[in-house]
Amino acid sequence: MNTVLGKPLSRVEGRLKVTGTANYSADVSVSDLAYGAIFGSTIAKGRVIEIDTQAADNMPGVLSIITHRNAPKLNQVNMFPLGPAGETLVPLQDDTIYYAGQHLGIVIAETLEQATDAASRLKIIYAEEPATATLQQAIARGQKPEAFPGVHHFNATRGNFEQGLAAANVRIDAIYSTQMIHHHPLELSATTAVWEGDQLTLYDATQWIYGDRNAVATILGLPQEKVRIISRFVGGGFGCKCFTWSHVILAAIAARQVGRAVKVVLTREQMFTSVGYRTPSSQQVILGATCDGTLTAISHTGIVQSSSFAKYPTPVGLLTPMLYACPNVVVNHQLMHVDAGTPTQMRAPGEALGMFALESAMDELAYTLKIDPLELRLRNYAQDNDPQSGRPWSSKFLKECYLQGAVRFGWERRNPETGSMQDDGFLLGWGMATAAYPVYLSPAAARVKVFADGHAIAQSGSHEIGNGTYTVMTQIAAEALGLPPEQVQFELGDTTLPNTPITGASRTVGSVGPAVQAAAESVRSKIIQMAIADSASPLYGRAEMQITPAEGRLFLTQNPTQGETYSEILRRHRLEFVEAYEETLPRDADETDRNKVFSGINALRGPVDSKYAMYNFGAHFAEVRINPVSREVSVTRFIGVFDCGRILNPKTAGSQVLGGIVMGIGMTLLEETTTDPTLGRIATPNLADYHVPAHPHISGIETVFINKPDSYVNSLGSKSVGEISIVGVSAAIANAVYHATGKRVQDLPIKLEKLL
Amino acid sequence: MNPFTYMRTTEIEGAVAAALSDRTSSFIAGGTGVVDLMHDQVEMHQVLVDINFLPLSAIEVSPEAITIGALVRNSDVIQHPAIREHFPMLTEALSHSATPQIRNMSSVSGNLLQRTRCSYFRDVGFACNKRIPGSGCPAMEGYNRAHAILGTSSACIATHPSDMAVALVALDAVVHTQGPNGDRRMPITDLHRLPGDTPEQETVLDHGELIAAIELPVSRLVARSRYLKVPTDNFSLASVATALEVEDNRIRDVRIALGGVATKPWRSHEAEAALRGAALNESTFIAAAEAAVQDAVPRQYNSFKVDLIQRMIIFALKTVGDVA
Repeated sequence: MNTVLGKPLSRVEGRLKVTGTANYSADVSVSDLAYGAIFGSTIAKGRVIEIDTQAADNMPGVLSIITHRNAPKLNQVNMFPLGPAGETLVPLQDDTIYYAGQHLGIVIAETLEQATDAASRLKIIYAEEPATATLQQAIARGQKPEAFPGVHHFNATRGNFEQGLAAANVRIDAIYSTQMIHHHPLELSATTAVWEGDQLTLYDATQWIYGDRNAVATILGLPQEKVRIISRFVGGGFGCKCFTWSHVILAAIAARQVGRAVKVVLTREQMFTSVGYRTPSSQQVILGATCDGTLTAISHTGIVQSSSFAKYPTPVGLLTPMLYACPNVVVNHQLMHVDAGTPTQMRAPGEALGMFALESAMDELAYTLKIDPLELRLRNYAQDNDPQSGRPWSSKFLKECYLQGAVRFGWERRNPETGSMQDDGFLLGWGMATAAYPVYLSPAAARVKVFADGHAIAQSGSHEIGNGTYTVMTQIAAEALGLPPEQVQFELGDTTLPNTPITGASRTVGSVGPAVQAAAESVRSKIIQMAIADSASPLYGRAEMQITPAEGRLFLTQNPTQGETYSEILRRHRLEFVEAYEETLPRDADETDRNKVFSGINALRGPVDSKYAMYNFGAHFAEVRINPVSREVSVTRFIGVFDCGRILNPKTAGSQVLGGIVMGIGMTLLEETTTDPTLGRIATPNLADYHVPAHPHISGIETVFINKPDSYVNSLGSKSVGEISIVGVSAAIANAVYHATGKRVQDLPIKLEKLL
Repeated sequence: MNPFTYMRTTEIEGAVAAALSDRTSSFIAGGTGVVDLMHDQVEMHQVLVDINFLPLSAIEVSPEAITIGALVRNSDVIQHPAIREHFPMLTEALSHSATPQIRNMSSVSGNLLQRTRCSYFRDVGFACNKRIPGSGCPAMEGYNRAHAILGTSSACIATHPSDMAVALVALDAVVHTQGPNGDRRMPITDLHRLPGDTPEQETVLDHGELIAAIELPVSRLVARSRYLKVPTDNFSLASVATALEVEDNRIRDVRIALGGVATKPWRSHEAEAALRGAALNESTFIAAAEAAVQDAVPRQYNSFKVDLIQRMIIFALKTVGDVA
């Protein structure tokens, strides 16, 4: 039976969202609410000498001002991936300033306006020290990067790179750099803290309620069961809401301090300095190849930044060893500490950066060899096994992605000569690049209840970050129960629900989906067993495998008229509901993984620690149109074809990959957070200066799924769709720009002045 | 945002008097500028005088001029057929300004008086000579991609952000004001000041002086005109307002105004001088473009504007002059 899964069901919470009745974290109304306004450092490095609160203290409505002088002593918590914190810095514990924007305190007042006004009246005196606040500045000043922290085995080698390069007829050796980028979900990060005795409830915009609970409990010295996190809707996260940041803790201690509920909503400006960012990178790629295009050597060295106090590693070269069947590969990652905040995850954190470099270099190689860029990739295609691990692919339809994309795009009509294609005086360019992203899976749990009136509730403490969790989980439960989806309600976003992993690394459907499916099948089985054992049932004495569920009925597959509804069975047994709880583990996971995830610590299985090399694949084809006068670049056509296993909902999955391409266009052409070179403070902290794509930038995008199930990854056959689609977008566009202009832009974003 | 007193009146004299009641006061019309600035604590007015109910919302058309009331919304200017007919450059400039939502709210007087988008000015965590005279200008050595190359001083390099104002200086608009010292009329090029040593003084208006209307003299010249902007969908990095009158393949008269590159809406008399009376061809346009930037002072991140604005001037002149 397949009636619901795979169908383009519209968002089940769509009506709530478009009518403004979906309550996001900042929308919760609780009684006796006060408001917090966070204030931060305007200098990048040094110490706080004094925070003069006198003027603010006496302003109307001000309840309390918490700074490092009167803040409670807090506990340390491990930073991701060892723990759930966004950075190792716990707020307000001393007078040291590590970066501009670092939180220095919070004003709590009766109204938001009073709190904000009072915060603006504070006089902060600093002892300022010279800062090096950007990666480029650190490199220019000769600062030496360090190796990634030891727990991360991100580096890779195979064969002998030097020998491979010596055997090459041609080589490419180039430096690519990428810029600081911020996530900027529409919803600002927001936390409302409510204490009832020693029990803390946080309404928090988070992609990881269990990690949040763990972090908050640890920092405040509470047992986890004393903390409840509720997060029914998240208005986009893209990674910046994965971990627990300072404002969450400040809300909790502020509420305890004033003995009232406190709501804290970061300002848009604070979103630049409070919830991480995508690290800039500087990457060297060296390729060696023979005249026929066979790769003989690949070297990829990536330098990324972290704060001066935390070692947050963003591995840009994770995909480099697996992408091509090249015998000699070396990948090396380095970390530069700078006087900026700690970066964090952002949609394909390292992959989106690394594939800009690698896939740009492949295009350069194609031009050097005068081989079509797509053909060059096919000549180095890794057919059966991951060339790094030697493990077989769990599934790989990359060739289909390339070929379908090429046909749809009309790639064979491409004249490879740069500047050769024009339209009405505008320069046209066509470029392509590969996409890939690992499949990561984690343990999860779910509960499903079928009620006597025939409806069902499925529960799992996951997250709706706009990714379609409510909808797809509803479909999975409905499919397993044989109920129409409108009869199934899915609940998420509450730590009192069954445990799930973080909604990050594109793992929600693949990890939580099997748990929901298992719990639904389990409750279905319980009810079937009740019927089979009941002489009053038309199914009495039958075997479970003879019975099919559909449209709320259980009936004999061979004779659909013989059967009865869930309602009839439950009512006859005088049951209000029947429920089942199930936990599922990824194939290669164990009890340790389970216990970690269920206590709010990350644990996952991906291609490196599974028996099969599990990856998503894809191919991007981009057309750019370049204004001959201003050299402004616009993307006029874009086709992305993706192998993400079985697609459970083409509508929500299609939206996901479309969004990733849009975000990739932003990263390539528009988005850039600039830091003042002298003051070390972000110079463009607003959306008037920080441009994200709008409708004029995103016309002509087409997305296609290969939609073939992966029989290894999980019971649903679904790989993952969240991040794959941004990977490689920048290279496809940059390659198209080269094709149009003959200018190879190796540093993002591609601003018009780089093409003048 | 600080607490403030809100006042409203239906009389122009009353609005002027209300503004004079407090030295920090500001008029508010569409609110698309002043509210943002108050949110960010860049401006902290104790009194806001709402002028939306003053009788300044008419567009009057006569054979000699079109007069636009100060409160006319930007979107209504775009829609007006006589303006579209006589001053296509103005329609074009406004069409590329802001967003439909903002254009529906913002008034033409507010558009003229909008303040710079310099991110150092708009972030109170930075020093800024315009915000706090004498505190310094971090944009000089900072991230100055959006900043001016013309009309700059050692105190300030912030650009004026209005597209409409650039078109208006090309159109020889006249600004009518009403204030504590009576009524005034001034050419729009006199309204905005160069930053000099006093970048905090952006216009010649007195405190409490209100823009009442903008008068556009009808002219044969400007019927053939063009407003070119980069980027088209955001605040200008560079823009060119051009009008040409050609006779016997010679340029009889011309207007060139520049936006996004200067500290005030910039009439390029240098470029106009190079064009007036000259032959209508590309080498004339190149000479005009070079003249326009002869006094440019580029900086680290905005030096591309010297090239970009010249390319745009040449292209705009070619388009308007119909030169291949």
